[in-house]
Amino acid sequence: MKIVVAIKQVPARDSQLSIASSGKWIEEADLSYEINEPDAYALEAGLELKEAHGGEVVALSAGPARVAQTIREALAKGADRAIHIEDENHAALDPLATARLLAAALRSEAPDLVLTGLQSDDLGYGQTGAILAELLGLPHATIVMHVEKLDRGIRVKRELEEGWFQHVEMPLPALLTIQTGIGKLRYATLMGIKKARTKEVRRVTAADLGVAGPEGAPAASVTIERLYLPQRTKRTQLFEGSPQEAAAQLVQKLRFEARVI
Amino acid sequence: MSILAVMEQRAGVWNRTSFETLAAARRFAGELDTTAGAAVLGQSIGHLAAELASQHLEKVYAVEHALLQDYTPDAYTIALRQLVELAKPSIVLFPHTYQVSDFLPKLAASLGKVAVSDAISHRVDHGKLVLARQLFQGKVVVDARFAGDAPHFASLQAGAYPPDKLGPEGPPHHAAPVEKLAPRISPGDVRTRPLDLFRESQQSVDLGAAEIIVSVGRGIQEAGNMPLIEKLAQVLGAELGASRPVCDAGWLPKDRQVGGSGQTVAPKMYMAIGISGAIQHLVGMKASRTVVAINKDPNAPIFEVADYGIVGNLLEVVPALIEALQQSK
Repeated sequence: MKIVVAIKQVPARDSQLSIASSGKWIEEADLSYEINEPDAYALEAGLELKEAHGGEVVALSAGPARVAQTIREALAKGADRAIHIEDENHAALDPLATARLLAAALRSEAPDLVLTGLQSDDLGYGQTGAILAELLGLPHATIVMHVEKLDRGIRVKRELEEGWFQHVEMPLPALLTIQTGIGKLRYATLMGIKKARTKEVRRVTAADLGVAGPEGAPAASVTIERLYLPQRTKRTQLFEGSPQEAAAQLVQKLRFEARVI
Repeated sequence: MSILAVMEQRAGVWNRTSFETLAAARRFAGELDTTAGAAVLGQSIGHLAAELASQHLEKVYAVEHALLQDYTPDAYTIALRQLVELAKPSIVLFPHTYQVSDFLPKLAASLGKVAVSDAISHRVDHGKLVLARQLFQGKVVVDARFAGDAPHFASLQAGAYPPDKLGPEGPPHHAAPVEKLAPRISPGDVRTRPLDLFRESQQSVDLGAAEIIVSVGRGIQEAGNMPLIEKLAQVLGAELGASRPVCDAGWLPKDRQVGGSGQTVAPKMYMAIGISGAIQHLVGMKASRTVVAINKDPNAPIFEVADYGIVGNLLEVVPALIEALQQSK
């Protein structure tokens, strides 16, 4: 089975965020980056399927030069090769534009299965996977917790609300968006890290892929007006001082004000 | 007609968040000086369409087909494209459910559009709608506008628009006409085969009955720190809960997960430790009477719902809290 896993590099989860002076994106200086967590699970699912059924795992990512680090980590964990779509315009905030790039890179690959995380931790649209399926003309399922290979096609377990699940069957090729917790994330081994250095990373640009740049691209259907930090609506009583002082104040309040202990 | 709310039903039963979307559609229509309508998709949905007709709308669409009996992204996308062609709405609104997030990106992309997903609020600026949605797990908000030609698409976060009360005490209103649409869908168009819904084996933990819940998130960092939280729960006589990453990592069993895909709880006190408060978690616990948050990030969204908070390293704060609780006994 030839499996492509689309991964995204996002600001590290505990980053302190501030808004860039343009108001259109966050301040990127001093941020560190990591793989989008649901994408890490998509990669894990891809590697497990390859181990069970053979084939190849190709990591695919669009973004600026720094994305090379996340790609190397995917290769170190076991992806066989990678495609890096070099795109400096990564804050374009449009999952359709991103999916167009990914789709163009995949046309020459003809994968059996395309996997990606169910949403990104930065933009959080939760749309790129399903859009990519539409652009590639593939059947899809989102929020997948298990993938089982059948004689013809696959059966997946989708997560629904409030503890419900559903099995869905579909032929291959197909696209799935993966939910966190589908497997246990592996660490890269020393051997894996060593091997990653020799693995192929194909670097392409939007122009190489025949996707028009910002000037020639179809007009975006949603435009960003401004980003801002949310306004607090609830006044939380915060307790300061040393951990001991803060804890003592909290216990007082819980006992005599909230009366919950 | 200009604002169209697409309702969600399964086996003839509404997904209640659809009525939040309906309320939003009426409100947007009022503020944008246009009309609101609603649509329901499925098979044998006459009673649902009739119910919608009494909901102070301009028009109701009943989109019926045997292939819409059980949800598939293919059949829903095909049917909704035909509905949009017929109704020509300027804005189509959906509840942000798991089902909608499965087909809406595909539907919008098939028309060269991007939907504004999971919107939390709106304003009207010079006669145009501006929608707010969350980025970075709720740490940042973005205001977005639609550009280009209609139709535009958006889904609304559960709880963002409370359903309005349209009882007998409301203003009198004529029943809206119901237009039936029988979309052209052939079995070959539907590539996925949905099977029955199911639950995992009976949940052994019912957090819904707990008076106090101590809940732990990824801030705990590693399994080796879990005994600290267990000790706190024991001192408080509390049940243990967790946010999704802790269960994903296997540090607590799945049946202790609180949030959208886990349990919904409303205890007397909910103590969130090392939980940032992404919306998927908040929906499961925000009805708690008293919420306490301990987190190192003062900007964590959990403080948005917390009554009391301590900003600090939980590995230092929790031992101090255990000691203070033991001393005050």
